[in-house]
Amino acid sequence: MKKVIILGATSAIAQATVRLLAARGASLYLVGRNAENLEAVARDAATRGAPKVEFRALDLNDCDAHASLVERAWQALGGLDGAVLAHGVLGDQDASQRSWAAAEVVLRTNFLSAASLLTELANRFEAQKAGTLVVISSVAGDRGRQSNYVYGASKGALTVFLQGLRNRLAKSGVAVVTVKPGFVDTPMTAHVPKNKLFATPEQVAKGLLRAADGRKNEVYVPGFWALIMLIIRSIPEPVFKRMKL
Amino acid sequence: MSPSDSWGRFPRVEQRTRSLVWRSDALPKVDGPVLPHGLGRSYGDSCLNAGGTLLLTPGLDRLIDFDAATGVVRCEAGVSLDTLLRLCVPRGWFLPVTPGTKFVTVGGAIANDVHGKNHHRAGTFGRHVRRFELLRSDGSRRMCAPDENPDWFGATIGGLGLTGLITWAEVQLAPIRNPFVMQETVPFDNLDGFLRVSAESEADHDFTMSWVDCLARGKKLGRGLFYRGNFAPSQFERLPLAKSHLSHGTGLAVPMDLPGFCLNRLSVSAFNFLYYHRQRGRPSRQLVHYDPFFYPLDSVYGWNRIYGSRGFLQFQCVVPHATARDALKELLERSARGGLPSFLSVLKTFGDLPSPGWMSFPRPGFTLALDFANRGEKTWRLVEELDRVTREAGGAVYPAKDARMSPESFAAYFPQRDRFAAYIDPAFSSSFWRRVNPVSLPMPSLEGRGDSAVPPASLLALR
Repeated sequence: MKKVIILGATSAIAQATVRLLAARGASLYLVGRNAENLEAVARDAATRGAPKVEFRALDLNDCDAHASLVERAWQALGGLDGAVLAHGVLGDQDASQRSWAAAEVVLRTNFLSAASLLTELANRFEAQKAGTLVVISSVAGDRGRQSNYVYGASKGALTVFLQGLRNRLAKSGVAVVTVKPGFVDTPMTAHVPKNKLFATPEQVAKGLLRAADGRKNEVYVPGFWALIMLIIRSIPEPVFKRMKL
Repeated sequence: MSPSDSWGRFPRVEQRTRSLVWRSDALPKVDGPVLPHGLGRSYGDSCLNAGGTLLLTPGLDRLIDFDAATGVVRCEAGVSLDTLLRLCVPRGWFLPVTPGTKFVTVGGAIANDVHGKNHHRAGTFGRHVRRFELLRSDGSRRMCAPDENPDWFGATIGGLGLTGLITWAEVQLAPIRNPFVMQETVPFDNLDGFLRVSAESEADHDFTMSWVDCLARGKKLGRGLFYRGNFAPSQFERLPLAKSHLSHGTGLAVPMDLPGFCLNRLSVSAFNFLYYHRQRGRPSRQLVHYDPFFYPLDSVYGWNRIYGSRGFLQFQCVVPHATARDALKELLERSARGGLPSFLSVLKTFGDLPSPGWMSFPRPGFTLALDFANRGEKTWRLVEELDRVTREAGGAVYPAKDARMSPESFAAYFPQRDRFAAYIDPAFSSSFWRRVNPVSLPMPSLEGRGDSAVPPASLLALR
């Protein structure tokens, strides 16, 4: 990945990924909501060695703007060969249960806007028969649980969307990489008490790029989540529905 | 390390933490006083805030600009010196001044106005700071430079993080031709030997420091090894500069707190004896990478854990030339007599280059750093005695390493204290500041904020 668009570039995982890509000499197009913060990330990337860094402040929930956004990034970097989708919201399960409006925001940001962007990017990558789409999903999408099923559903839908996209693009040589982090110590989880299961954004970024380099399909980062989720997925539903998870 | 500890792990306090993420954000609104906290390498309580909130700055770790032609780097205050070295060494630049660990932040280096082995040549870190932004709790942002808000510049350098939050800073780096140091080790027999080698080394060497055998007594009192060096001359230029940061790594780690019995008089004596005699009484020269030369302890991750869970007390003072010989003698004698002698004792000359910081610690003379395993009252009394000896010698103790200095000593060491106090942000305070200013002195705001102020009880509870 030498010409990469990063969506949700001010998120902690994205910032860590941006640093690694910058050190490799990749050109970057950064997208996020806050222009001031985006500029801080962009200057950091440029100082760390990215030959070209551009950024655009945009609310990615505005799906109508996606086509022109991708076109601009394409023009700015002279084409794209990679995309990292890192935008997302954790939401509040209680609020999402009480009000559809709250739930809809989570589904819109994590799934609908991602699907819209992926449609745009996939069509271009398919046409050029090259490119890597890296998308941050979540272990929460592997099984619905009462404690965060709205967020889980948004990520689960994303995971399924990516499976189909991967299937479609395999013959075009486009890699679709689904990254499923577990708990990550970021501002998104600042309110959650930390334990041994928490990974740093830097660890996740390394795992993410390793998966992208290896054109992997679905990866858990850190890897031990594969085992945890295997167990969680294997519990029969009649038992699972009575559990407190 | 949990942020409730300082590097010496003494004292321990109850405090809350908030992580800072963006330099353009406003300061978080919290009850009680706040204090910026970087990587927590201060040894005592100057990086602690009992009953208050630490504003954790390591999230402010973005680089802003680096000009490889001029060696000027601009970065957020939470960027570590380690990060700067990785950036600048491959491009032919080095830190103008570096302390003995690279795991400190730029903001911390300014707030403590740190010094290094080249103090006699380059002065303190603050001399090389071109400008920085200071964010105050009233939301104001000031550009501070020698010619712009010079009073805020002077108050904040060495200001222990009390004048507000440094959001970003610009530092002038020093050019190097390669990442290697030509190091020479010269043994000296006693304190007079140190003074002699020191005097003859300073003209020709950018970097000097000495390790002192803290157990040698009598005629051998103050014996040790003098290290002096310069960045290697240009014939070594072909060595690979681009890979020069590769030795940054932490090979060893102290995985847990060692039990107290590991460090005793015998083991410390053995270490000191072997370390001194390794040199076999002869001077030697060798070419070394800058990493082991400047940061020998960084290669052992969490080395502070060798002192066990009770932690240790550092003591670093400077004594003026006029009283140095007698004062150093007394300090070394007293520390050797105390229960457990200092494991790593370091002696070095401070030059006469002034710092822009009003509260800066270095001043002309000799500086001695000692560390003592925390054995409770006995250790505290010893450190307090050393503080008194320093005061009587007309010297000063380094706040970044202190856990015991008295309010009287603090006032004597830092004559600009009152001028400085007017620049303290009303929402900022630290355990150290409250300890050395036990009266309500420069914290008028605490009364004004009623319930949110730190209850006096917590001041008493702080030993």
